[in-house]
Amino acid sequence: MLADKDRIFTNLYGFGDWRLKGAQARGAWDNTKGLLEKGKDWVISEMKASGLRGRGGAGFSTGLKWSFMPKPDPARPSYLVVNADESEPGTCKDREIMRNDPHLLVEGCLIASFAMGAHACYVYVRGEYILERERLQAAVDEAYAARLIGKDNIHGYPFDMYVHHGAGAYICGEETALLESLEGKKGMPRLKPPFPANMGLYGCPTTVNNVESIAVAPTILRRGASWFAGFGNPNNAGTKLFCISGHVNKPCNVEEAMSIPFRELIDRHCGGVRGGWDNLMAVIPGGSSVRCVPADQIIDCPMDFDNLSKLKSGLGTAAVIVMDKSTDIVRVIARLSYFYKHESCGQCTPCREGTGWMWRVLSRMAEGRAQRREIDMLLEVSKQIEGHTICALGDAAAWPVQGLITHFRHEIEKRIDDYAANPHSDPVHMAAE
Amino acid sequence: MAVRRLAEQQPASFAFTPDNKAWCDAQIAKYPEGRQASAVIPLLWKAQAQHNYWLPKPAIELVADMLAMPYIRVLEIATFYSMFNLEPVGEHFIQLCGTTPCQLNGAEEIKKVCEKRIGEQRHVSADGKFSWLEVECLGACCNAPMVQINDDYYEDLTPENFAKLLDDLAAGRPVSIGSQTGRRTSEPAGGLTSLTEFYGVDGVSGPGSAPASAAKDAKI
Ligand SMILES: Cc1cc2nc3c(=O)[nH]c(=O)nc-3n(C[C@H](O)[C@H](O)[C@H](O)COP(=O)(O)O)c2cc1C
Ligand code: SF4
Ligand code: FES
Repeated sequence: MLADKDRIFTNLYGFGDWRLKGAQARGAWDNTKGLLEKGKDWVISEMKASGLRGRGGAGFSTGLKWSFMPKPDPARPSYLVVNADESEPGTCKDREIMRNDPHLLVEGCLIASFAMGAHACYVYVRGEYILERERLQAAVDEAYAARLIGKDNIHGYPFDMYVHHGAGAYICGEETALLESLEGKKGMPRLKPPFPANMGLYGCPTTVNNVESIAVAPTILRRGASWFAGFGNPNNAGTKLFCISGHVNKPCNVEEAMSIPFRELIDRHCGGVRGGWDNLMAVIPGGSSVRCVPADQIIDCPMDFDNLSKLKSGLGTAAVIVMDKSTDIVRVIARLSYFYKHESCGQCTPCREGTGWMWRVLSRMAEGRAQRREIDMLLEVSKQIEGHTICALGDAAAWPVQGLITHFRHEIEKRIDDYAANPHSDPVHMAAE
Repeated sequence: MAVRRLAEQQPASFAFTPDNKAWCDAQIAKYPEGRQASAVIPLLWKAQAQHNYWLPKPAIELVADMLAMPYIRVLEIATFYSMFNLEPVGEHFIQLCGTTPCQLNGAEEIKKVCEKRIGEQRHVSADGKFSWLEVECLGACCNAPMVQINDDYYEDLTPENFAKLLDDLAAGRPVSIGSQTGRRTSEPAGGLTSLTEFYGVDGVSGPGSAPASAAKDAKI
């Protein structure tokens, strides 16, 4: 098990003081100047060597991403934009960072901006996180007052940090939609290329990173890349915040070493699965946008990017949604389909039409009011959405449905057969082809 | 996507209070010259907060004028983002999370309490105290099921503690934000399994535990 001394988020639950004094007592802002004096190339190479992969879902190397930023140009300032939109169902970790240890994020923003030659950073906080936004703003204010950040600060690198917010739209978590929203428009994803590193906020070079990716940076640099790289399997380094929800005895957020086996994670921190291990049915291991994994495949699986993708699922945001045998899995996935229908921005036809279509078909299937052959039709439609849209929301809507059909086709079939076995006045409708 | 329209009944005018106007100016100053449109969400949000939590048409037009944006662009924003309420809401506006993690832990039971007590979604109770809406994941899934009422999250709900919460709000009694079962935040219930070196198993007896003044309800 990860030892307390190796935890980065030492005030994860808010039992300590979140303000500057408390954060400093826990080690934040300790000789930040010394880190900057080692130069941006050192910062980037340490980040690369640490093996940190982005914590916002896609798992792209953070150090590598920072290295893509072009050389600073006075005519086109560079920006760091922090993605604090946290809306992926199951995910609730950035919230704890912002309300309980906001200085880790503020310090991380300074260091990351320094490494990329950015002198300004915007943090885009989801609109509903009002307390979290106020806490973060208070930490930013404290940092300005202590001259830790600002145009003229004790670190000798001019840096301004602004807290921005959204107003309830999952799609604004997609990085280009986030930039559109930050520019004062509807949050509709942009076509890529150009990538944000060349044309991002206000047409300027921009890097978008998740809160957790940025907040871990100061500790990694202080303790060394090899310390961080020492946790987890190769290519899956570090410690990670896991958000465990659903049918466990004690749902919680917890920081653990990457690649911790699923069973150990749940037994150690969540008091086990509700009703015992034999009662486990399936797990959605990476936030709602990944395929579910049946119990027997996940129980001993190391929780990391590579092992979960071998199971055709993913670590995503490490939001682990646990389902016991009492779960009506068809209804559960139907509810997720409703989520994607609700959150589709509507730009691409396959996503706009397909998400609603899948939801309607799945809702009927949950009651059994469907034909067996519609199951393959549903799978086919999900594949027509996947990979055919501007942003990954289309894929995210398709994967849960595919996971359901791959692993729980028998559940759908049973329901259809049960319904057909009972006479009903309401005839079974078929989906339009 | 969801279809959202402006309310039929609209007030004749809207103006920011002087304090809020000053707040708006400070927001606009966060963005580079010529990029004041970036402030559109914060300004609309402030307007909504000033106007009993719903956004009237004159406020949308005022914000457009303040930011030199065409009305249609701001109207698009107001209808795109789900947190802008385009029609009146109850004094206590309940956003009930119905997404899967909350569904797994009993959101549907909480929904029934709302239906029984308040009625249908998007309908303000006769006394004006409550209205409710099912929304998507609010990012507090380790404390499911949960609702947001106006600005605050209420978590770890059961039909019983939620009904009591509504009674207390209706009667104007003080309520406690966050977990309704006594958790501080999203730690495992009944004792810490990590960070015990800093805070003890109970969270409050370790060398790093903040004094009682940093109570759970301390907003900021
Ligand atoms: C539909 C959709 C929603 C997303 N929501 C979030 C989010 O809420 N928070 C986040 O950090 N990343 C989110 N992402 C991923 C971002 O686009 C982006 O990859 C990430 O912020 C990069 O940060 P990282 O490299 O630090 O992980 C989302 C992506 C998609 C397609
Ligand atoms: S995939 Fe969906 S959410 Fe993404 S841009 Fe297309 S319509 Fe919008
Ligand atoms: S699903 Fe309800 S808060 Fe996330």
